[in-house]
Amino acid sequence: MELNSSQKIAQLTDLYRQAATQSTTTLRDEIVGKIYQTSQELSEKSVNYDKRKTTWLDKNLDQILTSKTFGFPIMLLMLGIVIYLTIAGANYPGVAIANLFSVVEGWLTSLFEWMHAPDWLYGILIEGFYKGTSWVVTVMLPPMAIFFPMFALLENFGYLPRVAFNLDRFFKQSGAHGKQSLTMTMGFGCNAAAIMSSRIVESPRERMIAILTNNFVPCNGRWPTLILLAGLFMAAGFSGGMNTFISAGVVVGIVLFGIAMTLFVSWSLSKTLLRGVPSHYTLELPPYRKPKIWNTIIRATLDKSVFVLKRAVVVAAPASIITWILANINIGDTSILQHFVGFLDPFAQSLGLDGFILGAFILGFPANEIVLPILLMGYLATGSLVDVDSMNNIKDVFLAHGWTWLTALNMMLFSLLHYPCGTTMLNIWKETKSIKWTFAAFAIPTGIAIITTFIIAQVVRAFGLV
Amino acid sequence: MQQTMDQFQVGDQIRITKLELDGVMRRRLLDLGFVPGVIVTVFQKSPLGDPIAYQVFQTIIALRKEESSLIYGEKINEEVCIHE
Amino acid sequence: MNKRIALAGNPNTGKSTLFNLLTGLKQHTGNWPGKTVAHAEGELTTEKATYQIIDLPGTYSLYSNSEDEEVARNYIIFEKPALTLVVLDATSIERNLNLALQVMEMTSQVIVCINLIDEARRKGIEIDAKKMSEQLGVPVILLSAREKIGIIQLLKTIDNMMERKITTKPFQIAYSDEIEQKIKQLEPHIKKVFGDDLPTRWIALRLLDNDQSLFDELKSYLGQDKQTSIEKVIYSNKERSYGA
Ligand SMILES: Nc1nc2c(ncn2[C@@H]2O[C@H](COP(=O)(O)OP(=O)(O)OP(=O)(O)O)[C@@H](O)[C@H]2O)c(=O)[nH]1
Ligand SMILES: [Mg+2]
Repeated sequence: MELNSSQKIAQLTDLYRQAATQSTTTLRDEIVGKIYQTSQELSEKSVNYDKRKTTWLDKNLDQILTSKTFGFPIMLLMLGIVIYLTIAGANYPGVAIANLFSVVEGWLTSLFEWMHAPDWLYGILIEGFYKGTSWVVTVMLPPMAIFFPMFALLENFGYLPRVAFNLDRFFKQSGAHGKQSLTMTMGFGCNAAAIMSSRIVESPRERMIAILTNNFVPCNGRWPTLILLAGLFMAAGFSGGMNTFISAGVVVGIVLFGIAMTLFVSWSLSKTLLRGVPSHYTLELPPYRKPKIWNTIIRATLDKSVFVLKRAVVVAAPASIITWILANINIGDTSILQHFVGFLDPFAQSLGLDGFILGAFILGFPANEIVLPILLMGYLATGSLVDVDSMNNIKDVFLAHGWTWLTALNMMLFSLLHYPCGTTMLNIWKETKSIKWTFAAFAIPTGIAIITTFIIAQVVRAFGLV
Repeated sequence: MQQTMDQFQVGDQIRITKLELDGVMRRRLLDLGFVPGVIVTVFQKSPLGDPIAYQVFQTIIALRKEESSLIYGEKINEEVCIHE
Repeated sequence: MNKRIALAGNPNTGKSTLFNLLTGLKQHTGNWPGKTVAHAEGELTTEKATYQIIDLPGTYSLYSNSEDEEVARNYIIFEKPALTLVVLDATSIERNLNLALQVMEMTSQVIVCINLIDEARRKGIEIDAKKMSEQLGVPVILLSAREKIGIIQLLKTIDNMMERKITTKPFQIAYSDEIEQKIKQLEPHIKKVFGDDLPTRWIALRLLDNDQSLFDELKSYLGQDKQTSIEKVIYSNKERSYGA
């Protein structure tokens, strides 16, 4: 006779209870022990090991890469090399792409003149849409096309878990999970994706910490800002190779500051809002594997290029158009953008920034990639007649608006520390399903960004350093 | 002589004797192969001494002191090593 | 609907790499355990048919110690894929067989894929697939998802399994007499509740192990609509066939 579903549930519950009385505490040990024993017996018969073939590297690489003496220096060196190569390598294609875009711009301009297109149309399409998107591509593409393949090589080689192994002690002391450093390294690529990867942290408390602090790692949208400003202002007195070297040093410093901030905020959170002890934790260190070098490079380069181009069109295009419109529609005798910027300016000045910069961060909320292009458009739309044909002229634009090294430093820090981009916020909401925590993910970094830049600006000015 | 897993030296081979943990972590460690009777090797200490990585069933697993100090084992002497 | 094939295995054994190769999709892969956090689906077209492939998160076991393990276990038990490919790392067979044995307690439609065979050969590890297949009672295929070794054989075996041209007799672990006794005692009662719908021996064992999470899932399975805790990231995908 067939049972109905509630009878079945009742029976099952009975069985569960009955089985529970039969269960012994060592039963699990027995089961697992037996399975392993069986695995061992089975593989003894069909697997044969030739011990001579295990290479020296397989056995000893970890004794170097995670050693007491070399573990940290090597990690720092790797970071330095990756950043150095990114800066050094991005220079030339950057210039080439910029030139290409300006040639095309010339053609388009002639075309518009020939068609007798109205000024506003030219403004929106060329000065807004075309310039904005082409800047995003020019600034973003070269560093990404170099950074990502290198990162993918390290990832496929198996180095990332070693970073987690090395840094674990710091995370433990901050009350955080050791796998947070894995989500952190993912953040170098994209914070939005890193938020998803924080699922590898199982305890909800520690996952929340990983989510709330992830944006202290600069993502691909922010690297170029850091690199550009470091090169233009921090390493200004140097040229050629030395310039690259110093820029790389500054960017490494910024990254380390971000990591320190991650640890500090993790620690504060686990002492306050997210109190608790570190949960149990195991980390597997997979064997090193030689990546398929060319495959990885080509794949990572293409994937990222497509990604950047897509972002450029989807996010940068509308943002550029809006910025152009704001800069060109007047209320009274000044543009909306001017009103907006003027309103922000006093506060921004106290942070060592200016109204344009803060405005660019606000308008750049959808994606960090567009902050710098929006800033440039804002500057250019307001009367300064500098022609930005090549990257070198960018500095003149900044100088014309009263930039000093303090402005550059604080913009870098603000970029590093401020709220996550729109996509990341969306993912945070999806992962936490909580308005409160999503808001915290916005408020905590923003507060820290404001406090940090404020202190630095005040101290630097008080000592008359600028 | 029985000691906790965090007290051995890198390179030591240890036969696990017991796990003083309960609940999920115990089961997870069992699943990873930290089963009484199994032989593991201390593979590497991280630069700051904690966590420590162990080789267990051809895989390297790092454990923090919080966990490794609750797993007991005894060092296997040299002869057994050679025999292995 | 297309028949479904699930990819299960320990973390970092190349499931996503194999998934990408079979479906032509681009799931992220990376040399660290836990790379795949969202579950992905794609299509595979062989000479005989089109199948739906599911990339499950990597787990060390299927004993519900974590969300991932529950997701993978629930998929195999309740969603009942037509075939489960257990992906093993050829360089650590002992550890990896563990999971294969667990899956073989849950379903008989299993192919054991020993991946990373290129790495194993480099390290001087020889695996006798024929012998292992005899021991396990299911097909065992040596392959390298990255170097594209053994794929044709895998596709053929998949077709043959689906057409029931291959019958399997999965190796069952023999536990201690005491445990076996208890299993025997429970099994008929479990059969009364689930019929041939679910693997009774495996459920008996899980109940003896006091698996609360499975118990809850079983109850909701018996109750009305089954719920799965899987977040589906379904990729619509153009079909892709393997000629060569
Ligand atoms: N040499 C070699 N490497 C491989 C092979 N298959 C995968 N890999 C590499 O192994 C690593 C792990 O591969 P994934 O496909 O991400 O593994 P996974 O099983 O999906 O891992 P999780 O999602 O973490 O469970 C990657 O770096 C791959 O490139 C292979 O056949 N040979
Ligand atoms: Mg995967």
